[in-house]
Amino acid sequence: MDPTDVRNPQYYHKVVDCQWACPAHTNVPEYIRLIAQGRYTDSYMLNRMSNVFPGILGRTCDRPCEPACRRGRVDGKPVAICRLKRVAADLRDEIDDRLPQAPAQKNGKRVALVGAGPASLTVANDLMPLGYECVIYEKLPQAGGLMRYNIPAFRLPAPVLDAEVDAILDMGVDIRYEMPVTSLKALLAEGYDAVFVGSGAPRGKELDIPGRWDAKAQIHIGIEWLGSVHFGHVETISPRVLIIGVGNTAMDCCRTSKRLGGTDVKVVARRSRPYFKASPWELEDAEEEGIEIVENHAPKRFVIEGGKLVGMEFEQLEWTEADGKQKSKVIGTTVIPCDEVILAIGQDNAFPWIERDIGLAFDPKWDMPVVDRTTFMSTRPGVFFGGDAAWGPENIIWAVEHGHQAAISIDNHCQGVPVTDRPPDGMNLVSAKLGMHAWSYHNDYNPSSRAKMEHEALVKRFSDVAVEVELGFTPEQTAAEVQRCLNCDIETHFTSTLCIECDACVDVCPVNCLTIAPDGRGEADLRARLSAPAANPDQGLYVSAALPQTGRLMVKDEDVCLHCGLCAERCPTAAWDMQKFDLIRAVAGGLEHAI
Amino acid sequence: MTSIVKPPVKHPSLPRNALGLTRRDYEGAMSTLCAGCGHDSITAAIVQAFWELDVPPHRAAKMSGIGCSSKTTAYFMKQSHGFNGVHGRMPALTTGANAANRDLVYIGISGDGDSLSIGLGQFVHAIRRNVNMLYVLENNGVYGLTKGQFSASADIGSTSKKGDENEFPPIDPVLLALSLGATFVARGFSGDKAQLVPMLKAGLLHNGFGFIDIISPCVSFNDHVGSTKSYRYTREHYQELAPVDFVPLRKEITAPAEAGAGDAMSVAMHDGSVVRFRKTPEDYNPRDRDVAYRHLRDHQRRGEIPTGLIYINERSQDLHTLNKTVARPLVELPYEELCPGNAALQELMEEYR
Ligand SMILES: Cc1cc2nc3c(=O)[nH]c(=O)nc-3n(C[C@H](O)[C@H](O)[C@H](O)COP(=O)(O)OP(=O)(O)OC[C@H]3O[C@@H](n4cnc5c(N)ncnc54)[C@H](O)[C@@H]3O)c2cc1C
Ligand SMILES: Cc1ncc(C[n+]2csc(CCOP(=O)(O)OP(=O)(O)O)c2C)c(N)n1
Ligand code: SF4
Ligand code: SF4
Ligand code: SF4
Ligand SMILES: [Mg+2]
Repeated sequence: MDPTDVRNPQYYHKVVDCQWACPAHTNVPEYIRLIAQGRYTDSYMLNRMSNVFPGILGRTCDRPCEPACRRGRVDGKPVAICRLKRVAADLRDEIDDRLPQAPAQKNGKRVALVGAGPASLTVANDLMPLGYECVIYEKLPQAGGLMRYNIPAFRLPAPVLDAEVDAILDMGVDIRYEMPVTSLKALLAEGYDAVFVGSGAPRGKELDIPGRWDAKAQIHIGIEWLGSVHFGHVETISPRVLIIGVGNTAMDCCRTSKRLGGTDVKVVARRSRPYFKASPWELEDAEEEGIEIVENHAPKRFVIEGGKLVGMEFEQLEWTEADGKQKSKVIGTTVIPCDEVILAIGQDNAFPWIERDIGLAFDPKWDMPVVDRTTFMSTRPGVFFGGDAAWGPENIIWAVEHGHQAAISIDNHCQGVPVTDRPPDGMNLVSAKLGMHAWSYHNDYNPSSRAKMEHEALVKRFSDVAVEVELGFTPEQTAAEVQRCLNCDIETHFTSTLCIECDACVDVCPVNCLTIAPDGRGEADLRARLSAPAANPDQGLYVSAALPQTGRLMVKDEDVCLHCGLCAERCPTAAWDMQKFDLIRAVAGGLEHAI
Repeated sequence: MTSIVKPPVKHPSLPRNALGLTRRDYEGAMSTLCAGCGHDSITAAIVQAFWELDVPPHRAAKMSGIGCSSKTTAYFMKQSHGFNGVHGRMPALTTGANAANRDLVYIGISGDGDSLSIGLGQFVHAIRRNVNMLYVLENNGVYGLTKGQFSASADIGSTSKKGDENEFPPIDPVLLALSLGATFVARGFSGDKAQLVPMLKAGLLHNGFGFIDIISPCVSFNDHVGSTKSYRYTREHYQELAPVDFVPLRKEITAPAEAGAGDAMSVAMHDGSVVRFRKTPEDYNPRDRDVAYRHLRDHQRRGEIPTGLIYINERSQDLHTLNKTVARPLVELPYEELCPGNAALQELMEEYR
């Protein structure tokens, strides 16, 4: 077999499961180590480099990193990566002198950004320091997008949001509030060097079933209703509330209802729990607040009596699986009485303000702009899309990553470099060895179980929408949780020419990662012949060059490696070494620099 | 030494044996030997063998003397019985322990210094008595623990780390054991577990004295150019004479189907397990002591290191059988039976008058 090419940064990057899974490739293990050392500000700045909004994301991120975390495969529960990010944000010092600054001398290029959500803000964050003049047009009177007017304050306090949004705007972004863009053609006519569309997916999906239009005042669209709550247009809700849909918007609607006077709040889902869109932790939080979740009910009609909504009729469904597809059967109908209904069944994009005759192609099937997945450019050169506006609703961290990538393209475009000309990722790999069996990281395995964050008491929580529910980790919880991280970025690095095939590494490995095996017929064959079967195909298999004495191969299954360094400690020739891997990503204007 | 002990977490799909235990359950304390020592690899092979044989750890006893090799009893089966005695006296200790409790599985770990110098007399008498035990000699050609002096197994002309040549002829423990009538004689290499583990298993089940000489490079004092017990030298001169598979009793039914037509020979152990010789050189017979001896000498003359299960006598009768000891372990006999009192003694004395 061909030996694994570890000079390709993506091999070791993939070993760092969390970083690999993070859309913005945040260097998680390094920021956790910085927290462990009490270097909260450094940890915050490292986060900020990738994800721009550590305080916001430390509370609200969809955290794709956590299901990926290796610790989950080792003891069942991932490291509380997301909430540790919040620890860094909460405990950091003043950072004004460490934030990127815009140069006094501008580069003469002007970029217009539509919408002030996380996508546009990230673009501005990356372009302002390069001397670009960024003009943001925002429909509403405040910046932040859905983070501001949809994510409720009990999950994301306004001061946290303000600080991180202002850090960008204060570089001198020209933000024009309450100035919706109503014609892209007109905007383009203003002569901007590039336009970035970060206008989100602003339209809540309708549920056009009988009765929908007969009691309009009692039936709301989730994202609009949350917006009205944010702006103070809605201050109360009736006691009995039904939320239709079981995604994350539904979770925010039901929990907000509880705070505005809803006493009997139910979330109604078409499907059963394993298929819910909401994150498990949001479901848990909602249930903790006494919200009932009703499964397998499909809305049939709104029940209106005397012009007033009094309930909703549902079909009760039974789901069966056939040929890998879920099929439903109606097994009955039922009416659930209620006073108000909130529809939270999804969001759509809407671009009524983009003319279809300006050389910007729309996909006829979805009526969505055609956007390149790598460059984020539309078919009209100089017009870029990102965030929810590009391919439909995602989340904050994806919006941020889109923003970073679009900023690279915009910079290229404005500097006359093809947008496809993108510098590849680089890496640093430095030995973590400090001395005989002394490492620059804490290599011992800590058996602590995952810390559970304390929540505010229910009574206090319901007193005001702005009371933050999660209280943060205690110092003791933080101290234990940081040690649960396995330091997956401290890579096991092998030099085949040094190996004398003594088996010491194979024998000492606590989780049977290593095997010295004769060459075989490709990876599948090798995977079946290891100390423990490498049954997780998502995880890499390291294969060395032929070993000097017998020509066999050193094989490592990355799946559950604890990065304990015992292989390196027991290796007499330092053929195994523990080396710290640093991914160096391309950003607008060049490569990332260390904090 | 390592900076940390082995974390307690296991691979999620680590297999379990008939007792529901994983290999990890047969481990001991962290090794304090030099990184890369052959002895550690043998320890891992022993863990594997005991685990595969489903031996309950508390039914085994680990015996040893002094040396890096002798220290290794601490590094496997932490729940087992054990005695770490004085230099070279492991055979006497094991003979005594075995006399008292014949029901335990005995493994003695020794080194070439421990067995062939200070303990040579002990070693040969344990062979003569056919004590029911597995005797593992971890052979590195030096006294590792005392910093690498030549041992009695060092070959003529092999050099010390500093370059001095050894001028005394070696004692070959395998030839010695064969000539003394040992009933199970094998040689392995710490760097070849595929060969070693089945031999360890067969040796543990052998009814009598099972002897395995295992070339086990000392990375710190005897792994240089000029050594004849280094990893490289051993790999270059290694000749597998009689490779074996071990088929445990509980697999007996499937054994014939598994046995390839090419199998040279099968030997049934006293408990019903089978040792299968995959191939043997022409006119070689591991049941014939003289033939085995001649083959060994032939290989050695060619400068090769013959390995494998070299000799086996499946009708071996151990010390207890020869002594006609009661079947029940002495430790389990009630005191009155074990020591029937003065009247019984007088009666016995009468017989000899
Ligand atoms: C209720 C709810 C809760 C959510 N919770 C989470 C969460 O916990 N974690 C998470 O990661 N994600 C969450 N999301 C998703 C997340 O908020 C979005 O994916 C993210 O904000 C998208 O960012 P964006 O920059 O693309 O657009 P948006 O945040 O939608 O911002 C778009 C901005 O553009 C403005 N705009 C729109 N059209 C125009 C126009 N024509 N002219 C000028 N301005 C315009 C809008 O006013 C808005 O300010 C949630 C979404 C909802 C609805
Ligand atoms: C009675 C006695 N004499 C001498 C010693 C010193 N001594 C300790 S270990 C050893 C030799 C061990 O050699 P070996 O059995 O080959 O073990 P290795 O360390 O090579 O595995 C000697 C001579 C001792 N401990 N006790
Ligand atoms: S660091 Fe080495 S010894 Fe530790 S789990 Fe990974 S491969 Fe095994
Ligand atoms: S411990 Fe080192 S020398 Fe020994 S087999 Fe492993 S990598 Fe090779
Ligand atoms: S001195 Fe030699 S025999 Fe002793 S532990 Fe070190 S390598 Fe092994
Ligand atoms: Mg020795």
